[in-house]
Amino acid sequence: MDTQTLIYIFVGLSFALYIGIAIWSRAGSTKEFYVAGGGVNPVVNGMATAADWMSAASFISMAGLIAFLGYDASVYLMGWTGGYVLLALLLAPYLRKFGQFTVPDFIGTRYYSKTARVVAVICLIFISFTYIAGQMRGVGIVFSRFLDVQIFWGVIIGMGIVFVYAVLGGMKGITYTQVAQYCVLIFAYMVPAFFLSFMITGNPIPQIGLGSTVNDGSGLYVLQKLNLVLSDLGFGEYTDGSKSMIDVFCITLALMVGTAGLPHVIVRFFTVPKASDARKSAGWALVFIALLYTTAPAVGAFARINFIDTVNETEYSQAPEWFKNWERNDLIAFQDKNGDGVMQYRSGDAFAGAPEFGEGTGASGERVVTNAPVADSENEVYVDRDIMVLANPEIGNLPGWVIALVAAGGLAAALSTAAGLLLVISSSVSHDLLKSTFKPDISEKGELMAARIAATAAIVVAGYLGIYPPGWVAQVVAFAFGLAAASLFPAIFMGIFSKSMNKEGAIAGMVSGLAFTFSYIFYFKLMNPEANVAENWLFGISPEGIGVVGMVLNFAIAIAVSKMTASPPVEIKKLVDSIRVPRGAGEAHAH
Amino acid sequence: MADENDTHQTSEAEGAYWRDNIRLLVSLMAIWFACSFGAGILFRDFLDQFMLGGYPLGFWFAQQGSIYIFIALIVFYVVRMKALERKYDLDD
Repeated sequence: MDTQTLIYIFVGLSFALYIGIAIWSRAGSTKEFYVAGGGVNPVVNGMATAADWMSAASFISMAGLIAFLGYDASVYLMGWTGGYVLLALLLAPYLRKFGQFTVPDFIGTRYYSKTARVVAVICLIFISFTYIAGQMRGVGIVFSRFLDVQIFWGVIIGMGIVFVYAVLGGMKGITYTQVAQYCVLIFAYMVPAFFLSFMITGNPIPQIGLGSTVNDGSGLYVLQKLNLVLSDLGFGEYTDGSKSMIDVFCITLALMVGTAGLPHVIVRFFTVPKASDARKSAGWALVFIALLYTTAPAVGAFARINFIDTVNETEYSQAPEWFKNWERNDLIAFQDKNGDGVMQYRSGDAFAGAPEFGEGTGASGERVVTNAPVADSENEVYVDRDIMVLANPEIGNLPGWVIALVAAGGLAAALSTAAGLLLVISSSVSHDLLKSTFKPDISEKGELMAARIAATAAIVVAGYLGIYPPGWVAQVVAFAFGLAAASLFPAIFMGIFSKSMNKEGAIAGMVSGLAFTFSYIFYFKLMNPEANVAENWLFGISPEGIGVVGMVLNFAIAIAVSKMTASPPVEIKKLVDSIRVPRGAGEAHAH
Repeated sequence: MADENDTHQTSEAEGAYWRDNIRLLVSLMAIWFACSFGAGILFRDFLDQFMLGGYPLGFWFAQQGSIYIFIALIVFYVVRMKALERKYDLDD
């Protein structure tokens, strides 16, 4: 059977599985729609959380980032796992004990204020939408490369699938499809990793392979060889970073705290039966996540070695099939600057910007690139980092079914995260804005209908952003973390650990943290991108890491304001006392 | 509102439980900080002179070790908290 047929079969089967699960687990009440009825086993929830968490960025982009950034990419590895320690230790069990449906629920009740609730909803919607547009784009890329479907139709099909299980099934449908999606995506990630590790080092376990010697007879360790090869080609060493220490520190911290403040992650812990289950569940989630996150550095390093081996100093006419496939998709380009027909891969940009392809082909048959060449670099190869994981099975000459598996895995990762995000957006509209703020007399049935309509509207907006991504989407997706770190995390944390934090303090803190972080990012990424260099940054912290300063600002302002205003009423102090002890955690319910 | 108990008053057991919890949290967060920000970032250059197999040690902490330690921290916390909750008779 040829690879293309296998891809259709694998993707088709996985979609049929998700829809089957969705029909089996339709939601009948708001409680099922918001928190899957509140009776999800902690291990199952851990697995669903892992799928919810690991997005198209984790599955498709992360190993590619590691391959090209080396040590600098550690910020993602530590940042996107360390947040689970914060969740398990500082937030999840208490929020579960509190026992309601959404993150704004907690903030609105703990700070006895509709304003606080609405501010939280605004933070949540902003964070979730920047994040979801990237997922839909990921769906589009996988479809266009592997299924020969235009990005437009790829996104439409993806929207259709998510519609079926998110709108019908709510949190209940999402939870069980996410479990299936985790299985698909982790299998799809690990199989090529085992193959590659075995090929390059003779040891199939990638985590050990990365610390072993290359089996090419040189006796060098993988990382040593990579350092040598890269320095020869003019790159920095793989195990050395180029970012400043303070920037690495701040980005890592912003990602960790941001992870713990992401509403679609937090809300998963509302679905387990007890407060102690929330702790356990966060632990399981991290185990399932770590499986992929400890494999990714190995995949990245192996991919870089393979890429250099097969591309550098190879004649274009002899280039492997995958090189030409991705060239057709605009994600690889070769500009034969010295006219020798051989691809020289060196450090630096081959030409300015993303490739613009002209008509016809060059002397060796390559697609003509019309960008102005960069004269002071000998590099002739442009490669989009995002292709590394998707191209890996082809680069490593793995069988067709592995390629098909990776296509299904990439889709599973993007769809599971998109569904989780859609759910928090829709529940914040139907539950926090309608039921709790503007239309308290809405019936249970009406609320459920509103949740479904909101989810549908959110899918349409997300799909639109996926098909016609405005320039800012790619620029700001990574900043959802900084915004979450600067706005939601401090408010939740102080709501649990301080009895004297009041509504004035919390609102002032959230607003100033969000406003500061947003303006800093907006200025450097959108208004004045040329100024985005280390000399202009505050304390040398890049926009990626500035959420840390926003968080400190949030804490400082909240504490100062709360000292100057009335302390919270006595019922609120009782509420805090009650969420601190696990006994008596009822099921999640509306107030 | 969640499980409001009208006679609610912080009991001695609850106070002691919360103090023990905070003490445990502080030490676990210290380890969390030391393995990631300490070994993986601040002292990486120093640690990189040692090797763990083919991994420079600081690099290993940044891309592998800290993740394993994070898991161990959560497991330890889950077990310790269960014991604390039994001790003060506050488990759920």
